[in-house]
Amino acid sequence: MHRFRYAALTTMLLIFAILLAACTTVPAAPAESDADAVATEAPAAAAPAGAVTELRITWYDDGSEGAVLRDLLDRFEADNPDIRVIIDTVPYSSGILETLPLQLEAGEGPDMARVTQLGGLSKYMLDLRPYLSNPAYWDENFGPFLAWMQTEADGNAIPGFMTQLTVTGPFINRTLFEQAGVAVPSDASDQVTWQEWVAAAREVAAATDTFALAMDRSGHRLAGPAVSMGATYFDADGNPALVGDQGFKDMAQLMIDWHADGTMIPEVWIGSAGSYQAANEPFVNGQLAMYMSGSWQIGQFNTNIADAFDWEAVPNPCGPGGCTGMPGGAALVAINTTKHPEAVARVMEYLTSEAIMNEFYARTLFIPGHLGLAAKGIEFQAELPQTLKSLQVFSSEVGKLAPLAYDLQAYKYNTILFNATRDRLTQVFTGELTLDEAIQKMQEDIDAGIAAAQQ
Amino acid sequence: MAGVGEFLIRSRGRGRFDWSDIFTYLYLLLGTLIMFLPVLWLVLSSFKTQAGLLRFPPDLLPYDQRTVSVEGYDKPLPLYDVTMPDGTVRQLAQVRRVGLEGQMVDPAAPGEVIKVGIGDRTEVRELRLAWENYTDPLERFNFLVYLRNSIVVTVAATIITLLINSMAGFALAKYQFRGSDVIFVIIISTLMIPISVILVPVFLVITGIGWNNNLLGVIIPGAATPTGVFLLRQYMLTIPDELLDSARIDGASEWRVYWQLVMPLSAPALAVLAIFSVMWRWNDFLWPLIVLSRSELFTLQVGLASFQGELNTQWHYVLAMTVMTLLPITLVFALLQRFITTGIATTGMK
Amino acid sequence: MTREPRQAFTLPPERVTLGARLGHFFYMIYAGLMSVIGWVAEPLQRWVSMKNMAYFFVLPNLIIFGVFVLFPMLLNIYYAFTGGTALFPQDRPFVGGQNFQQIFSCTNFLDPNSCREDRFWRGLYNTVFYVIFQVGGMVALSMLTAVVLNRSIRGRGFFRSVFFYPVLLSPVVIALIWKWILQRDGLLNALLVTLGMERVVFFLNANWAVFWVIFISIWAQMGFYTLILLAGLQSIPHDMYEAADMDGASRLQSFRGITLPLLMPTLLVVLVLSVIRAVQVFDQVWVLTGGGPGTATVYVVQYIYETAFANQIQQFGLASAASVILGLILLVLTLFQLRLGRQSDIA
Repeated sequence: MHRFRYAALTTMLLIFAILLAACTTVPAAPAESDADAVATEAPAAAAPAGAVTELRITWYDDGSEGAVLRDLLDRFEADNPDIRVIIDTVPYSSGILETLPLQLEAGEGPDMARVTQLGGLSKYMLDLRPYLSNPAYWDENFGPFLAWMQTEADGNAIPGFMTQLTVTGPFINRTLFEQAGVAVPSDASDQVTWQEWVAAAREVAAATDTFALAMDRSGHRLAGPAVSMGATYFDADGNPALVGDQGFKDMAQLMIDWHADGTMIPEVWIGSAGSYQAANEPFVNGQLAMYMSGSWQIGQFNTNIADAFDWEAVPNPCGPGGCTGMPGGAALVAINTTKHPEAVARVMEYLTSEAIMNEFYARTLFIPGHLGLAAKGIEFQAELPQTLKSLQVFSSEVGKLAPLAYDLQAYKYNTILFNATRDRLTQVFTGELTLDEAIQKMQEDIDAGIAAAQQ
Repeated sequence: MAGVGEFLIRSRGRGRFDWSDIFTYLYLLLGTLIMFLPVLWLVLSSFKTQAGLLRFPPDLLPYDQRTVSVEGYDKPLPLYDVTMPDGTVRQLAQVRRVGLEGQMVDPAAPGEVIKVGIGDRTEVRELRLAWENYTDPLERFNFLVYLRNSIVVTVAATIITLLINSMAGFALAKYQFRGSDVIFVIIISTLMIPISVILVPVFLVITGIGWNNNLLGVIIPGAATPTGVFLLRQYMLTIPDELLDSARIDGASEWRVYWQLVMPLSAPALAVLAIFSVMWRWNDFLWPLIVLSRSELFTLQVGLASFQGELNTQWHYVLAMTVMTLLPITLVFALLQRFITTGIATTGMK
Repeated sequence: MTREPRQAFTLPPERVTLGARLGHFFYMIYAGLMSVIGWVAEPLQRWVSMKNMAYFFVLPNLIIFGVFVLFPMLLNIYYAFTGGTALFPQDRPFVGGQNFQQIFSCTNFLDPNSCREDRFWRGLYNTVFYVIFQVGGMVALSMLTAVVLNRSIRGRGFFRSVFFYPVLLSPVVIALIWKWILQRDGLLNALLVTLGMERVVFFLNANWAVFWVIFISIWAQMGFYTLILLAGLQSIPHDMYEAADMDGASRLQSFRGITLPLLMPTLLVVLVLSVIRAVQVFDQVWVLTGGGPGTATVYVVQYIYETAFANQIQQFGLASAASVILGLILLVLTLFQLRLGRQSDIA
């Protein structure tokens, strides 16, 4: 035993030193961070004043928006030394979609989060109205979008603001059209049907050895064209009803045909079951004539395509039900478990002030989710004519969306509906289900999902 | 038929090469190709630029378009070989592309702009490693913090796993006590339940304890591995009891019998468990993501995934980051491979 | 053959290499830590008896195991009988067997389309198919590789490492590597085109997708089982073959008569372990195909994961019910295998 006494003493000392070091890094004030003591770094130790409130934003990045936000918040922190805002960037699908709801359900959420499942997560959102100095400004500029974040259909909570408003719609590769010698249908008329567009795109694809069409693998993307084809989605009582919805069935049939005859890139819908899938890659590489996606792609195309070819957004194609896309977007919302609602409100007020919002949208190339700014128009910080034109097309699409499109976006259980349509339709493409069976299954999935959610 | 049998038993090394030796080496060659080529291809691809990745058929080595800085232009311009209308080939730099036409300048005489059809130009390419695939994402977040967290988790978890699993394995192998059979059967039966299935209840327990956003919540739950206990128990069964008894007669306490006698004798099994534990912890992604939501606590796997947005995968970054995560474990393996492979072989589930 | 590690901890007095110094350093840390614990453990032994020290040894593991594995599993079983989307058990309404009923509501169990939870049944049938072919293929290939490696070949250590290396890679990395190779413009298609064949988009075709999922998991796992089988082969005493030789048995006969029976226990372990792993197949395939095309590569664990996490309405109850069913299937399967093994021992 004597042999190791020296070693044992040293080890004891070492353990003691580690424990001591860990303890001194505990920030002096807040008791709730005790549990983190062992492992956390000592960021709070830098501010011994003790009065600094630390706020957390769970965020995801599609492009540079996280960096822009950080920049704006740095300025805020300089003016408000009592608040520190930390951005925790997580992956979108495994982080925001799958893990965050679990953390929220456990009451372990951040102070703020950037989310896209607005209705579904509304029960975890904090109503900032009592903490805001000027709620009228919010109602005025964010009113229609706040409706998407309510727990009750007629609620008037103010949980947050849209970091971006998105509109779905198609992009085309005009260079491919030119190479094929095919006229771009929307140049001649502003009412082009889906069938006309697809016929033109097929011609282009045949002439240039590319693909004609792709659509993001998403029920939300499908909904715009479906509503244009006359889909109603809801019954008279406002419950989802897909069985007997002829417009929806027509659109689904079109999708089936386009997959069967090779119009659509099969990888996107068939090749990636289970999740969302975009078709940026083939479009960016100039292998795709027409790509049904949405306004959020502009920033990405601005950097990744730049002027390699002429890409642009075109107005949504038409059908018997109109010519609509879907609205959507991500919102930065306050979470109701926050211990510092006043501080959160101050950050929110700063971020939504007109000058800051203007700068945020201009630098991120996002369609503004702020009515006042949308009316004035944003001076986007982009030089490419392709980018500016696409931003302008999408901005004008906002006003042309069908009322049903807004209803769908505001519907609390819309993610259940979108996922069911997406996954069941894919099974028709692979021959596992017939269209009628699939629609029946969609309805069952939706009903079961809603029942579970309400239990 | 005799040949097949000859092959199946073992070559006697008569120094004569027969068909079975040829088959053996062919098989090993093919096996090496299939086992190694995918990883090699990953590493090669991770050094290609975004444009380089999209070429079909793909290049074997990372090529990139050559650029030149031309007087009067801020950014370096891409170089092209251009076939001129008179049939000569000139090397020109492209200023911009408009529709089907490229606007080019001669790097030597940048004053004049030459318009060229895009069909008449081909890129000038050179061999270049695209290190920016690695440096860009690393600049976007605090790589060192993530690395430190990953190392803390991996090392601490492995030490705890080795300690408590070997203690349990020792008790189950070398003592007859009430409940030992029950404990052993329960532990073994949980081998069969995939962890992904009980994520939600475990998260609930963590929340109850208050280990959300605490590295302990990542380190502790996986420490009591049924595999480890099983492996160590089976190995310790082979240590003769007489050895233990003679140590006890010499006055050693049970604890000393464990750490001075049994542990050194179980080194091969411990090595196997150690490498598996390092591998599990280092590669773990979903569980840390659920427990940790603060970026200063993220492990490498979580941090590296965070640049995947709602949009499509950016392959050039994904490939580079994959190589990054693969590097440490490969290094450990390269250093310890002899020990590991023989360790597994000797543990070999007796 | 692995005597070295056992003696690595004693410091040879004359040759002090860097490795030995390091080894000594780490051993001192180890010894120090253990002595510190000994200050608690040794007085404890005087308190309780020597026999009862066993409880001291199992306790730390048992506590962590109980809190983080066993208790969650029991909780999981309770979840299976509750509904709703709440996380905390006290907030979840008790619904009896409703979740099980929902899974078993089929008009024809062989036709998944007729079931309410058709994805579960598709997952189950896909899993059965996967287990049979993945385990079958892998055991055969591991066996062949072990036999090859057991021959007197040059560079055995190197080849052993080569076959083992993929075992160390994470499922996500494995899936990404192969996704990259198998995509439309990937390496394999480039090879096919150079050879004058048609390009194949592998993950659009159900048969190809299933093939690659099985192939890749064999690729990733076989190294481990190869090593175990190799150890089994090497433990067979060589003189048994010589004896058989003298009796005039052909080589093939001695393989069937000596190698296989003596390898049986090892083979059984390999079989049990690989079946358990195969039934749990999930993360690799989830990244590789997401379960597609359609539902061709959806497996049971993926169904459970999706029901609990990936779908926006998180139906923990339904997911738990499915996992309980999966657990029962595994239990029966393992007991059956062990019974089979015991019978072959007797025979």
